[in-house]
Amino acid sequence: MARMKFLCDAERCIECNGCVTACKQEHEVPWGVNRRRVVTINDGVPGEKSISVACMHCSDAPCMAVCPVDCFYRTEDGVVLHDKDLCIGCGYCFYACPFGAPQFPQAGAFGLRGKMDKCTFCAGGPEKDRSEEEFKKYGRNRLSEGKLPACAEMCSTKALLGGDGDVVADIYRERVLKRGKGSEVWGWGTAYGQGKPAAAPAGAKS
Amino acid sequence: MRAAILAVSLLALGATGCMEVEQTASPQKSGKYQGKPDTRPWDNAPLAYGDASWKQGDRTSWENQIRTRNLAQHEYKRVQ
Repeated sequence: MARMKFLCDAERCIECNGCVTACKQEHEVPWGVNRRRVVTINDGVPGEKSISVACMHCSDAPCMAVCPVDCFYRTEDGVVLHDKDLCIGCGYCFYACPFGAPQFPQAGAFGLRGKMDKCTFCAGGPEKDRSEEEFKKYGRNRLSEGKLPACAEMCSTKALLGGDGDVVADIYRERVLKRGKGSEVWGWGTAYGQGKPAAAPAGAKS
Repeated sequence: MRAAILAVSLLALGATGCMEVEQTASPQKSGKYQGKPDTRPWDNAPLAYGDASWKQGDRTSWENQIRTRNLAQHEYKRVQ
């Protein structure tokens, strides 16, 4: 049974913001709303680490617990979604979420607290699947098309993995075992060799 | 007798003030999802174009499709 989860590999993320752009483009997310963003720790310092953050589709979601109008629900495949027709835009979910996932549309100099918007794991919302209403309110429903979230599928370094939690864990486990540790994690050996001087090609002049 | 009837009716009228007025069309349980029902992804037919394939309404075949798609993120498998 699929349980949809995201995992971001901090060793691989290069802060390209491709996931953010893919999400914006896929769902035509308005200005001021970022369903996904890249957070960098020790930015500019050697050894900085970046991770891509969005709604983590918690198994015991705090947003769901605090919502005064009970507009959140969890799908059978573990995706946390909400009904925008019920949302009153109070912002409780924003305070409760440890990832800052809930977003509120901004308009004008003083902002506007509209209906909450967040990552849907590309699963749309409680409207007819693949309908115009669903797209306008929640964005594209890729899961109903047999696809996975656009951010994870287009990640160039495959730092961001998304899909069935068990499969994602298997991919990550195998990756960690194969890539080794130390400088091999980020490819020193691939770029500069293993430290042995390469033999000079035949006929080469020094 | 009349005073007693008046007192009882006044008491009943006053008690209605304590009543919680039903604001929803159908009785719903607090703490449970109150919104519209959603359809499940596997209840949709695959797109006419593209390589996705599953049997409409069959969760297992949809999960297999998702698993195939998921493994495309595994570059160690892709290069083999």
